[in-house]
Amino acid sequence: MSILKKLFTAVKGGVNEVGEGIVDANAIRIFEQEIRDAQGALSDAKGSLTEVMAKEIQTTRAIKALDEDITKHESYAAQALDKDEEALALEIAEKIAQFEQEKLEQQQVLNTFSSSVSKLKEQIKQAEKTIVENQRQLSMVKTTESVQKATMAVNDTMTSGNSAMTSAKQSLERIKQRQLDRQDQLDAAQQLADESNDNSLNDKMRAAGIGEEATKGADVLARIRAKQNK
Amino acid sequence: MELNELSIKLSQYETEGASFESFFINNVGQEVLQVIVDGNDELPIFVTRTEEQILCICYLFTEHEISVEKQADLNASLLRLNVPMPLSAFAKIDDKYAIFGALSTNSTLEQLGHEIVTLSANAIDALEAISDYLTE
Repeated sequence: MSILKKLFTAVKGGVNEVGEGIVDANAIRIFEQEIRDAQGALSDAKGSLTEVMAKEIQTTRAIKALDEDITKHESYAAQALDKDEEALALEIAEKIAQFEQEKLEQQQVLNTFSSSVSKLKEQIKQAEKTIVENQRQLSMVKTTESVQKATMAVNDTMTSGNSAMTSAKQSLERIKQRQLDRQDQLDAAQQLADESNDNSLNDKMRAAGIGEEATKGADVLARIRAKQNK
Repeated sequence: MELNELSIKLSQYETEGASFESFFINNVGQEVLQVIVDGNDELPIFVTRTEEQILCICYLFTEHEISVEKQADLNASLLRLNVPMPLSAFAKIDDKYAIFGALSTNSTLEQLGHEIVTLSANAIDALEAISDYLTE
């Protein structure tokens, strides 16, 4: 049974007492062992693959060399025939037959290597699939486990704090209020900033003699003098 | 990144106009980071780490806060909302409804920060969206 199906059955049945392992520790160990085995098989197969592929290349090269030898000797044989050297031509032909025999043998070896390569590649693919699959399943088990533990830790914190006491509705109201407060603060800060901008403008205007002018001592004195003169 | 390291980094980190407070909890042999975004301590985000992923979970409400006859309807709606909701998904842990996001263990601080900020915003939006289903 897949882990997800086991988990599904478990949560459907309402297994939520923490500590009651949905998937027993044994299953986790088996998964981990399977992953390790598959990883071992994978690295072995990869090692063999490089070896066999190297041999495959070597054999291909040997066959190519034989082909060249055959072509070369065929032209030698033709030349011998042209020169009516029957005996030499026969000797060369025998050499060619030897090369061809050798080529046939090498071809068989190459076929074995090629089929090994494809078999190893298949094995590697299989091992990789097993590893990924088991890791996925294992991760589900482990996540379930750590979420259970985390929930336990969280429950401890929540019951010792006051967040456990409030309902979701109250929480929402408090958060909305806080957001509103923050907006009000921002608005107020903005207003203050605007006002101080106004002040600095007034200062500048005053300095330039525009708008309300600051009362100066000389003006006051002039006013008093004007009153006395009346 | 280890969780205790993340805790220190997060508390000095600001992103997308949000600030973080974070508390490292390790009382049951499972490390958990409690992260509070922008002072919203009603909806803390709990960050845990497994070999494969980093899980960020935010608990929304308990089953008992939903009236029984509305629950099936709510469940169906939450399933429908799962796909359009950015980065997060709805979940149920024991009797608690939750919203969560999962990240690769290779995630950067920026990616985690973005995840947590998004999760926090999604959690508030989700609570607001389903508030009609909640009992007082």
